[in-house]
Amino acid sequence: MEASFSFERTETIARAVTTTRPSLTYWQDAWRRFKANPRSLISLYIIVTIGLFTLVGPWVWTINPMLQDLDQISVPPGADRRARVVEPHVRWAITETPWTTSTTQLAVIGEATTQAVRLAWNPVAGASGYRVYRDIAEPNSPDALGLPLTDIVNAKITGFEDRLDLKPRTYFYSVVALSSKGFELKEHATLAVEVTRVITVNEAIARGLSELDESSLIGETVYLDFHPLGTDYLGRDMLARLMHGARVSLFIGVVAPFIYVLIGILYGSIAGFVAGRWDQLLMRFADFVVALPFLLFMILFKIIFNTEPGESGIFAMLLAMILLSWPATARLVRGQILQIREEAYIGASRLLGAGSMYLILRHMIPNTMGVILVTLTFAVPGAIFTEAFLSFIGMGVAPPNPSWGSMCNEGIKTMLTAPHELVFPAVFISLTVLVFNLLGDGLRDALDTRMRSD
Amino acid sequence: MANSRTNKHAYVRYAVIRLIQGAITVWLIATATFFAMHNVPGDPLMDEKAVSPEIRKNLQAKYGLDRPLLEQYGIYLSNMIRGDFGISYAQENRSVNDIIREHFPVSAILGVLSIVFAALGGILFGALTAINRNRLPDIVIMFLVIMGISVPSFVFAALGQMTLVNVNAFLGVSILPVAGWGSVSHMIMPSLILGLGTMAFLTRLMRSSMLEIDNADYLRTAISKGLPPTRIFLRHQLRNAILPVITVLGPSIAAITTGGFVVELVFAIPGLGRYFVQAVQQSDYTVIMGTTVFYGAFLVFMVIVVDLLYGLVDPRVRLD
Amino acid sequence: MNQEPRASQGNLRRTAGRQLIYLGLASLVGFGSLMWALASLSEGVAGSALDAIAGSVTLALSEEPPQLDSSRATDTVSGQILGHVMEGLLRYDEFNRIVPGVAERWEIGATKATFWLRDDAFWSDGSRITAHDFVFAWQTALDPQTASEYAFILYPIKNAEAINNGQLDTAALGVTALNDKTLLVRLERPVAYFNSLLVFPTYFPIKQSFYEKRQGRYGADASELLYNGPFVIEKWVHGSQLRMVRNSHYWDRNRIRLNVIDYAYITSDVNATLNLFKDGKIAIAGLNSENLDDALQRRWKLERFNEGCVGYISFNHRSGRLTRNRHLRKAMQLAMDTNELVYKVVAMPGNLPGVSFFPVWLQGVERRFRQEFPAPETQVDITQARFYLAQAKKELGLDEWRPLTFLTGDRATTNKISEYLQQEFKEKLGLDIAIDRQIFKQRLAKMSSGDFDMVLAGWCPDYADPLTFGDLFASWNKNNRGEYKNPELDQWVRIAQNSLEPHTRMNAFSKIQKIIHLEAVILPTYETGSVYVRDPRLKGVVKRAVGMDSDYSNAYIDG
Repeated sequence: MEASFSFERTETIARAVTTTRPSLTYWQDAWRRFKANPRSLISLYIIVTIGLFTLVGPWVWTINPMLQDLDQISVPPGADRRARVVEPHVRWAITETPWTTSTTQLAVIGEATTQAVRLAWNPVAGASGYRVYRDIAEPNSPDALGLPLTDIVNAKITGFEDRLDLKPRTYFYSVVALSSKGFELKEHATLAVEVTRVITVNEAIARGLSELDESSLIGETVYLDFHPLGTDYLGRDMLARLMHGARVSLFIGVVAPFIYVLIGILYGSIAGFVAGRWDQLLMRFADFVVALPFLLFMILFKIIFNTEPGESGIFAMLLAMILLSWPATARLVRGQILQIREEAYIGASRLLGAGSMYLILRHMIPNTMGVILVTLTFAVPGAIFTEAFLSFIGMGVAPPNPSWGSMCNEGIKTMLTAPHELVFPAVFISLTVLVFNLLGDGLRDALDTRMRSD
Repeated sequence: MANSRTNKHAYVRYAVIRLIQGAITVWLIATATFFAMHNVPGDPLMDEKAVSPEIRKNLQAKYGLDRPLLEQYGIYLSNMIRGDFGISYAQENRSVNDIIREHFPVSAILGVLSIVFAALGGILFGALTAINRNRLPDIVIMFLVIMGISVPSFVFAALGQMTLVNVNAFLGVSILPVAGWGSVSHMIMPSLILGLGTMAFLTRLMRSSMLEIDNADYLRTAISKGLPPTRIFLRHQLRNAILPVITVLGPSIAAITTGGFVVELVFAIPGLGRYFVQAVQQSDYTVIMGTTVFYGAFLVFMVIVVDLLYGLVDPRVRLD
Repeated sequence: MNQEPRASQGNLRRTAGRQLIYLGLASLVGFGSLMWALASLSEGVAGSALDAIAGSVTLALSEEPPQLDSSRATDTVSGQILGHVMEGLLRYDEFNRIVPGVAERWEIGATKATFWLRDDAFWSDGSRITAHDFVFAWQTALDPQTASEYAFILYPIKNAEAINNGQLDTAALGVTALNDKTLLVRLERPVAYFNSLLVFPTYFPIKQSFYEKRQGRYGADASELLYNGPFVIEKWVHGSQLRMVRNSHYWDRNRIRLNVIDYAYITSDVNATLNLFKDGKIAIAGLNSENLDDALQRRWKLERFNEGCVGYISFNHRSGRLTRNRHLRKAMQLAMDTNELVYKVVAMPGNLPGVSFFPVWLQGVERRFRQEFPAPETQVDITQARFYLAQAKKELGLDEWRPLTFLTGDRATTNKISEYLQQEFKEKLGLDIAIDRQIFKQRLAKMSSGDFDMVLAGWCPDYADPLTFGDLFASWNKNNRGEYKNPELDQWVRIAQNSLEPHTRMNAFSKIQKIIHLEAVILPTYETGSVYVRDPRLKGVVKRAVGMDSDYSNAYIDG
């Protein structure tokens, strides 16, 4: 009988252990496969880069995103930055004494600069007034002389000072005489005017564009502030705004989906798992939340959170999004769980005494990972767009805080004339969405248990 | 066949229970919206020009705003049960019922078209990418999908319209109208644009769902049984992969109805989405309530239909 | 041998691909037929911008009129439609002169006015327009039960205000139909501009029997309205189309040259409207500073129009508000460069830098009011502004400036302006401005309750007299949302209201203009204008600052 209790340690077992490959946990295995996928790695790097752009960027590119450079409004990247320094503008006092010359009908008085263009013309007999037009190309017909700048109702005034949105380019000014009933007479004179870019001396000093003092600065050429990605409709630096806008957009775009998808997963898997009466109750609540009007609750949350004037209102927006957006994920996950719980391995696991939480966390959620990641990667642009949509209808992040969505929204208006205002924020949104998608793909491949055999 | 009859019986019972639950959900939505709305500042009776206190009192009496909130709620509910949503504050001579009756069909047509477009496109492209995984069609389509989801709908709407203008100008004839509503040609562009985002989403969902099924036991069994490929593809792969797609269709309808506002605005479409956003901006209580309850009921109903469909398509799902 | 191919990865993919193509084709066909089926359910297709043979013009509306009940109409869109389908006692002609409408001739005195209606003025149902229709319309508008927002415009009529406030019965209104064709109006006070009130929609007639049969739906649909203007509404599809055709019962129908005015599109999206114009679908489209260059490159004929409204920053003068301090307001006045605001930020031709609350187009005694009484000019002066600011700080006993709340609306231009001003005041004066952007009704609620320091506001004229601007800051005016109170200003308003003598009145307005400037009651930002493009074949369109904005009743298609 003694002998039966004596076991002898054998060498073979120990050897067998040493020859096996090191055992990998689920997560180690996932990480191994994740690393093997170059697309996932690249997307991870880009995400880190965007993160750095957002968090570190403003420390490197220290331009204030609210600072308005009104000498460079809607300037595309790489535009000419040279400007001549001039004295501050003094209004041109136009008197009723007509300007006359025998040589030309229409002339520029003084110098044509981006500050002002002063025009004078010979009076036209029988005119009750004049209309001044400005075009960006030589007018080819008296019917289309360009942009009507003003109507002068006094025939004795034959001068006009144009200050409207002058850009350094060639303009074609036309003056048409008006009849006593206000109709245009046949006579008109056109003049091509070359406008040069200038900056007033006090602006130049205030911006620190030159070391010189006021008197010696006048007439000098200075370089205006550098805007690598151009400026927006108020001359604000696009790069700085993109960096600051990223904080809002990524915060909304990444944090909100993560939280609500997480809530959705838990809620949905619990509902799918418990099934029966509780499932019904939980899902009816989800239906209820889905049907609540988003806009109304958005406003309500703003008030509940007492968003003071001047605050961005970003937390109210975040909360409204989280509270109102989780049901879609919950429904999706529940649908998947309902399918999975019928699978044989769940039954087997249950027979082996696995607890509910274990089943959910170990079997069900990993098995729905593919669908969940797809939802998550789509939730990111979804959230960014919701913020943009709210900006579109005037309920977005409070001005002057930028966000990519609101920048897109502003950019769409100038799509034809200043495309960079739309393209840059759109590219940033697209890039973010793209890398989150690639990352999602990579994660899905890495985490999906059924892909392990590949 | 007794089994099938009990199944049918259970199915009907399930449907009835779901409908009752749906009605309760709608009531909850109405209640929540009612109290939320009355807590939002802003007064529907206020306008650019101020009116005298006497007139204000009359207006309040006309709309019942002078009564206690709970009484207003009671009156509102009883009217709602009778199907009367009251008179609009902004369009003083029009009833909310009229507004819904006239504009919901437009939104519904737009929504149905774009959902159908999105679902068909999503299933087709999703399946196409899955069977060509990591080959050229997959890469091209997935790139387009990313484009589709990473550009906001208002940008798409504006770009789409601009493209139409240029194409029409280039061809010298108006092949598709730039905006407006009424004929088939008016519907194509808006519904495509409205459905684009959802289609991209469904494409990805379908793809991932197909790929999961690739490794399913029953598929391997089917292949090793030597079933004809057509049958394997249609009966096993496609049918099973569609399931998760169907689940999200219900909520997608919600997404499309709210996203519809931008498309409706840009394409000058007289849909309910525009009226709703306008109503929120103008605190038009009755229109907000009417459209919310109506949409809520519609959505809840859609969800029920989807769930019932789910039960039909996937016999494994238990109807408890 | 059984040739049925066995499933392998390769041929499975091929088969699947083929199946998908079939499915794709099937769904394309299905999608197409579904669309066709759905299209048969909806209606309304518009033609091209202009049709010379049919005499029809197609246009876009920025928004839908809420309803077309003239006693309740408030917005400009309703005003524009009503101006085409209704006519009051008087109307504006193409040169903006007041000419006879339903009234053939009239006499306006200090205490009463008499109108003789023409014989051939008919409703669109063929019945004659009588003096009773005017009595009924005005009584209805003043009835507190109607709760008309514009009832105040009838207040010059005897007892009108008391009726509107519920103190008197509507029958007490000082309007009598002496017979079917003579209307006698007794006035509460002498009104120098009474004739320019009569063109306003609230003064339009309403036929009692028709109104009462509608049971509260008057003006809600094309069939719920009786017309007496140059056009009638033939079709009104809410939210999408409003089609007007020539009214065969209109007395001056020979003047009208268009057969159809079709508002076939309703959208507030400026780019969409412009795209419709580019596509040849509408005859007129508004432009904004963003798409101006595009319009110039297309070599269109552009037109400019002074809309007549004044944009301004309204201060809160309620006690306890920092903006109650005059020096603070003066500092902001001196720091604000309206030229830069208008020329660089808004950058839209037609807008004029704000100088006075009284816009340039207002008529004075003989010439324009602003030519006779030039507005006091403000030159930007930062040094002086800072001095005032320091004074204000001392007077208010502040150590540090609190941020000022700047209430604004949600329009695109509003954003630009508020963001610009926020940064300007910060840079120049070191003042922190907190922008409080609110949607329409919330903004109004906050304006009424005084929950703001400054608000970006605008004021448009209701009638062609400086008083439409002049009485806004009277202490009793309910639209004086900043609750500015100044007995001196009140006194000048009373003089302007009660006098018939042009010199006295204009002098009073010039005093008001001066007070507004000296006290910096408000800061005018700009006078609104717009630029639009018109199909050159469409002629005779009249745009007005007061009254209906775009008048197509004299328009015609040339070529």
